[in-house]
Amino acid sequence: MKINKFFLGGAFILAAVVYLIASSTQASAEYFMTINELKADGSAAIGKSVRLSGAVLGDTIQYDADSLTLTFDVAHVSGDNNEIEAQGGLAEVLHQAVIDPTREKVSVVYVGPKPDLLRGEAQAIMTGKLGEDGVFYADELLLKCPTRYEQAVPEQAANN
Amino acid sequence: MLAEFGFGVLVVSLVVAIYSGTAAVNGALNKSSAMVESARRAMLLTFPLISIAAGTLIYLLVNNHYEVAFVYEVTSRSMPTYLKVTAWWGGQAGSLVFWSWLLAVFTSAVTLRKWDRDIEFLPWVVLVSAVTLTFFLGMTVIFENPFARYWLANGNVAPSMFSPASGATIFTPDDGQGLNPLLRHPGMVIHPPMLYLGFVSFVIPYAFAMAALITGRTDDRWIRITRRWALWAWLFLSFGLVLGGRWAYDVLGWGGYWGWDPVEIAAFMPWLTGTAFLHSVMIQEKRGLLKHWNMILIILTYALVIFGTFLTRSGVLSSVHAFANSPIGPFFMGFVSLTLVASVALVIWRWPILRSETEMKSMLSREALFLLNNLLFISILVVCFWGVIFPLVSELFTGQKVTVGPPFYERATAPLFAGLLFLMAVAPLSAWGHSTVQTLGRAIWKSVTAALVIVVVLFFTYTKNIVALVGFFLVALALSATINEFWRGARARQKTQNENFFTAISRLMGRNRRRYGGYIIHISMALMAIGILGIEVFQTQTQGTLAAGESMDISGYTVEYRELASWDSTGEGVNHTRAVVDVYKNGIYLGELNPRIDYFFDSQQNMTIPGQRSTLRDDLYVLLVDWQPVSSIGATFKIFVNPLVNWLWIGSLVFLLGVIFAAWPDNDPAEETARRNVSRSNRQPSAAD
Repeated sequence: MKINKFFLGGAFILAAVVYLIASSTQASAEYFMTINELKADGSAAIGKSVRLSGAVLGDTIQYDADSLTLTFDVAHVSGDNNEIEAQGGLAEVLHQAVIDPTREKVSVVYVGPKPDLLRGEAQAIMTGKLGEDGVFYADELLLKCPTRYEQAVPEQAANN
Repeated sequence: MLAEFGFGVLVVSLVVAIYSGTAAVNGALNKSSAMVESARRAMLLTFPLISIAAGTLIYLLVNNHYEVAFVYEVTSRSMPTYLKVTAWWGGQAGSLVFWSWLLAVFTSAVTLRKWDRDIEFLPWVVLVSAVTLTFFLGMTVIFENPFARYWLANGNVAPSMFSPASGATIFTPDDGQGLNPLLRHPGMVIHPPMLYLGFVSFVIPYAFAMAALITGRTDDRWIRITRRWALWAWLFLSFGLVLGGRWAYDVLGWGGYWGWDPVEIAAFMPWLTGTAFLHSVMIQEKRGLLKHWNMILIILTYALVIFGTFLTRSGVLSSVHAFANSPIGPFFMGFVSLTLVASVALVIWRWPILRSETEMKSMLSREALFLLNNLLFISILVVCFWGVIFPLVSELFTGQKVTVGPPFYERATAPLFAGLLFLMAVAPLSAWGHSTVQTLGRAIWKSVTAALVIVVVLFFTYTKNIVALVGFFLVALALSATINEFWRGARARQKTQNENFFTAISRLMGRNRRRYGGYIIHISMALMAIGILGIEVFQTQTQGTLAAGESMDISGYTVEYRELASWDSTGEGVNHTRAVVDVYKNGIYLGELNPRIDYFFDSQQNMTIPGQRSTLRDDLYVLLVDWQPVSSIGATFKIFVNPLVNWLWIGSLVFLLGVIFAAWPDNDPAEETARRNVSRSNRQPSAAD
């Protein structure tokens, strides 16, 4: 009887935690996609919560300070760490992506302060949705610039 | 020459560590105290050895020896000396040496203690420390050598310890890359060592736990010996986490302090198990329960510490912290798996003799509520772990990599944190052994009434947000119940001892350091919860471009743009652009703020530094986003109002006080022993025995 009491309590907590995890996972899942995958999905990708990674094209960065609207293009890079290593590391892969005119590209719109680390050949990791106009609307923008720093580089998280 | 010397000393330390572990096992198995003593001395020797290697590395860092790859990567000529010293832990190779050095410091300290009563633990404690140390030193010597130099051979420059080919010459760059400007901040200078101190000090309780398992001593001796270690470890880890948050708030300019980044979570996970451990060991001490559970908690903490060190440095997970894709990743995973399997095997082997001395009877007894608190901490851990590994799991099963962001963690952990706040109020009021709804109700009704009154007042004066009101109710309940505990204890003592109130409360606290230190920590947690509720629920923001003399309104504040100046500070290689804004609240002038952007020429990087005005009610947080050339439109600002966030930092200071108070050495250990014996004899005989 006593054991049952504690057992029931434990089972109740377990069920609650499983429910919390399952429902929260469903509510906030974001699909990791590369730009090639996004393009391949076509219209199926529109409106889906996506975490997208790509190489920033430096010439395309535009910032409208009045509306805090940032636009830039990103080119496809592989999402596979091993593949990136095999091609000479992230810095090299980003460089290749930027100079290769045949890469798939997508335009990104982000509203907010311009992140400090945004520049050509940076890796942008964006969370957001693909619009019907083919532009990726990012809610969150993280940047990595692996060229110069070996060590942990802090986040440039800009949450809107 | 110096690089070779440093490397040589590292290799010698590795050999000594291996010897120490081998001798310890040998001595224990053959019952040779001379052998164990030799292992102990070898362990002591690692400290001066690694100190010499570390000293050499620091010398190279400070004196611009850019032929050493690590020095080149983390320092530059323009960096001040203190930053060159702290660059020691600015990169992977150096931080592994730093880890090893801390471990050598702690292990030496622990092997120097008086062992007379528990000499059988000694060889096993030495063994566990030696294995851990061997692993970390091995990683530095084989894969991440901080002394590797650049060699020029056949027109190529590559890092290597020794000449890679005949005719190769050492290549010395003129200047190093330097530390990322964002990291050149006092908070960032001490944030990593604090975390590492916390990580490494948890190795000691783990080592004692393993020693207890191996020797088959099932009493709570290992817990008593390592109680303070665990507390200090917890203090450092907590403080490291808070410093990271404060740094993010001050430097990163996104108006927040915690982003549920995988690396933040990696440091948070051992904190969760460590906190659960600190609570549940009390139950073993007082009631002889949960012995298996405590073993599992300390094993998990150790595994998460190693896992955390690895995650922060691996690049396995998509994180903004982790950069280098390092060869040591698989070895870390291997080491974690091995130690985990070995430790769990030990627990299973000793399972029968770890049985509880009494039985848990009442659902509302203090031990049951402590157990519930443990389950909540573990639930939060499960949520975090699930979030971190979810991309890997989903890829494995669906082929599609899916990740979860901060909303996942916020949603899933908020009810669990709320449960913890509630327990913080209730658990200290319940009795060991047996409590009922009636006894608990009698103890808590005053606090519930006080909390309800506060919530009603807040409802009419501050907010109608239901989440915030529930949160404030729990905070108020926890605060009033805890403060009431101080009051009750002091009043009782005042009556029996005939002391005045202040003498009574100070003696009360002095005699029960851990208990009242714990209550201070509970108060600090409630204060921090106020700050977190404030920024999570009530944060407001606005943005816009202003011409000189124009202003923007937000939450009662008026921010008026006055002027902007831009200048080069050539010595430091930085361009500063600083705006001056005047702040008014309800028409009253409060002062000026100076949000600025620093541009670092060498790294071509901006650093956005907010202008902040902090009060207990809210923080005004102004970011300079962009500006137009003089005489044109003006400057663009993003402004946050973060209500109550200051309580987060105030809470963390109170927290520090509480832990130090709890961990401070007792002045009269004899008295403690006497009391312990009384409580032991009072234990109820177990029905199971």
